[in-house]
Amino acid sequence: MTLMRTAKGDSPRAGPPDPAADVTSGRLRRAPENFLTGEQIHLVSKGRREFLRAGFLAAGAATVAAAAVAAPSAVAAGAGDPDILQTTPWGGSLGRPVAANPYGLPSRHERALARRQSPGLTQVAAASVSFTPLQGLFGIITPSGLHFERHHQGWHDIDPARHRFMINGARPELVRTPKVYTLDDLMRLPSVSRMHFIECGANTGMEWGNVAVPTVQYSHGMLSCSEFTGVPLRTLLEDCGADLRAARFVLAEGGDGSSMTRTIPIEPVLSGEVLVAYGQNGEMLRPENGYPLRLVVPGVQGVSWVKWLRRIEVGERPYAAKDEAIHYVDLMPDGQHRQYTSIQECKSVITTPSGGQALLDRGFFSVSGLAWSGRGRITRVDVSFDGGINWTEATLQTPVLSKCLTRFSVPWVWDGRPALLQSRAVDETGYVQPSYGQLRQVRGTRSIYHNNAIQTWQVAENGDVSNVQIL
Amino acid sequence: MSRSFRALLLAGVLCAALPAGAADGFGLGRPATPDEIRAWDIDVGPDFAGLPPGSGTVDRGMEIWESTCAGCHGTFGESNTVFSPLIGGTTAEDMASGRVATLQRPDFPQRTTVMKVATVSTLYDYIRRAMPWNAPKSLSDDDVYAVLAYMLNLAEIVPDDFVLNEATIRDVQAVMPNRNGMTTAHALWPGPGFDTAGAAPDTANTLCMKDCKAGVELASTLPDHALGAHGNLAAQNRIIGPVRGRRTGPDEEPDDDAPSPRILAEQAGCLACHGVDTRIVGPGYREIAERYRGRDSVPALVAKVKDGGDGVWGDIPMPPQPDLNDDQARILVEWILAGAPGT
Ligand code: HEC
Ligand code: HEC
Repeated sequence: MTLMRTAKGDSPRAGPPDPAADVTSGRLRRAPENFLTGEQIHLVSKGRREFLRAGFLAAGAATVAAAAVAAPSAVAAGAGDPDILQTTPWGGSLGRPVAANPYGLPSRHERALARRQSPGLTQVAAASVSFTPLQGLFGIITPSGLHFERHHQGWHDIDPARHRFMINGARPELVRTPKVYTLDDLMRLPSVSRMHFIECGANTGMEWGNVAVPTVQYSHGMLSCSEFTGVPLRTLLEDCGADLRAARFVLAEGGDGSSMTRTIPIEPVLSGEVLVAYGQNGEMLRPENGYPLRLVVPGVQGVSWVKWLRRIEVGERPYAAKDEAIHYVDLMPDGQHRQYTSIQECKSVITTPSGGQALLDRGFFSVSGLAWSGRGRITRVDVSFDGGINWTEATLQTPVLSKCLTRFSVPWVWDGRPALLQSRAVDETGYVQPSYGQLRQVRGTRSIYHNNAIQTWQVAENGDVSNVQIL
Repeated sequence: MSRSFRALLLAGVLCAALPAGAADGFGLGRPATPDEIRAWDIDVGPDFAGLPPGSGTVDRGMEIWESTCAGCHGTFGESNTVFSPLIGGTTAEDMASGRVATLQRPDFPQRTTVMKVATVSTLYDYIRRAMPWNAPKSLSDDDVYAVLAYMLNLAEIVPDDFVLNEATIRDVQAVMPNRNGMTTAHALWPGPGFDTAGAAPDTANTLCMKDCKAGVELASTLPDHALGAHGNLAAQNRIIGPVRGRRTGPDEEPDDDAPSPRILAEQAGCLACHGVDTRIVGPGYREIAERYRGRDSVPALVAKVKDGGDGVWGDIPMPPQPDLNDDQARILVEWILAGAPGT
């Protein structure tokens, strides 16, 4: 696609393209070296061959001029694409040997997709957030290096041979034999591997009152999904002789400087869902995500998935830890805070196209996004192109798993007119993702946490996509 | 296959979690010693279970506060530099009612710690485990009582001569300004656990498919200044595919393989104590650049960064940085003296 290419060739130092230098015919933008007229775009969208024929054989003056810029002069008019006709650098030379990157890295052309901070959100980077670039991800699994980060007191790369995990009781009667496990012990036990999403309770929190951020990375990027491997906490509690009938809560505690604590509900522990995990996507957890041990609490907000997990205490009363008594409490319009709000309710967002992007051209797009629910499986996603007046059912890509991201898509032919894209997810309990109007009606605009409202992306005539809100 | 072996196999299938024949589980892990449990089991619950004995005065608390906390949280706990303010926004009426009135006011955006927290145990527990931020678990139990007494005094919850201990902390709980400000009556807790459990979700959208509303109105759009506030979006999207990122700012600096000084500073933890323009625990970087302008201070400052020290900017010491090598320290110092560009 030389003629459509906007980046500067294959130079390793090539900067990002400049797609916004101009707006032509309300659709495609002028790139630094390439510029297609409206007529040419039309031809391109009808098919490459026709474009080449029209451009080179019929030799319209403007077309030739444009093509000459895009195609190196060495190529005879009418011959075709130089990346086909000429030998490419990679097609005509010897490549690099095996294990040149002992731990493989993404292509250098993919550097745009990285975890990023939102300027001004927090003052210090060790108590902050970095967001997952959802705008560029496929399927449902988040590459481990792009998993969002939220640290309260910085992160460490802990020596796994010195990490200890303890189970005890709030009262001695609650755990017959309080025990200490090493990673050697834990990794010998029977394990399970399960795919689950993890979402920060404050995801989309900046948008409670109004639109605040430009892209889906910042609006929804405190969301990731991995395959986690570990031991069901229940197995370990039984191993210590915990009184699972008297237990009503457990406390999870981290081994870092914050020694973060959270009260965990007993039900998902008893059901075997809560895992003491060491694996993530086939390798060990990344240090930023809790290496070598973290709690996995499917469906519950990320702050409960305590990282660098050092201790579980079996208890009978909730603990009112700092991050459940000062933060992660949801302010209601009457000035009361909802405390121990934990479940991430059913939510969805379109990721392609999404805010801050521009559509390349009119014509066919596969509109795609993510849906998830802390209460179970996604059963349905509908997409609207007119801001919620009419809806079309989207296709759910398999697998569709409980408390896991589900990828949906719907075909769309953009006719160049303004559009308002929304998605609305439904979960297996029948709960339907609410609109901003419905959510604000009960919770006001000051909550920070648990904003699962329907997201709207506005597509302008020139193809620009922007973040907007509809009640 | 012998019959007994097959029986063993079957048993293995039936109780997959437990190894056949092991009476006490897996035989993995070991009993925790009482000292180990004491060392780690430091949580303090709302019913004060786990609260250690001890006491502290407001006066002693003030000393600790000013030497170890005020640098980040401000002399009166009012500072917004590192985190939301700790103190302010509560009244004597709130202490009587147990509900902080300003939380009902949409025109009062600031929410301090003391406005929100319902349980004083939370503060004791958290300060003991996590503060000061850069040296957690360095305070004695008595010091935690003292510094908490001082914070409560700053918030006008306790008088100047107050002594906080494991008994008087219960009196404090009885007057915490927002002690009645929490509810668990919601649908976001998975399972019973609270006696308020069982609430239905608080929204009930329906599956309308056609002509669901008469028209559409945009309630909010992105302000122009916010479009560029996150850098150049063109550089945050792929250079291939159905879309491109919109150009909303200058190109980012070319990616070098060596980390930039700014990233180095972030990785070495310098930015936890130094802002570029703001003083956190140590001076702001531009302040430092200003002070040493026109002088050859690089070698001295490299040594200072590696070895730590105090006295130039105040009494608070900078800790040594044993993990930094000379090259890294020099890169950082030169960058600081150049005014910390690229931030
Ligand atoms: C180096 C800076 C720094 C110092 C010194 C420091 N703090 Fe903090 N403090 C923080 C940060 C950052 C947070 C937020 C941590 C987080 O995000 O979880 C915090 C949080 C807190 C909180 C919880 C506030 C809330 O609303 O969540 C309390 C209480 C607190 N600090 C008390 C203290 C006391 C008492 C001291 C002195 C003994 C102290 N701090 C020293 C940086 C500091
Ligand atoms: C725990 C907090 C803390 C951290 C972390 C920290 N500093 Fe400092 N820094 C300070 C304090 C406090 C001072 C003031 C010392 C004084 O008054 O002499 C200071 C002073 C300085 C100065 C000026 C020294 C002088 O004599 O004028 C430089 C330069 C500096 N820091 C660089 C760094 C660099 C680079 C890092 C990271 C490698 C770093 N600091 C990490 C607290 C810190």
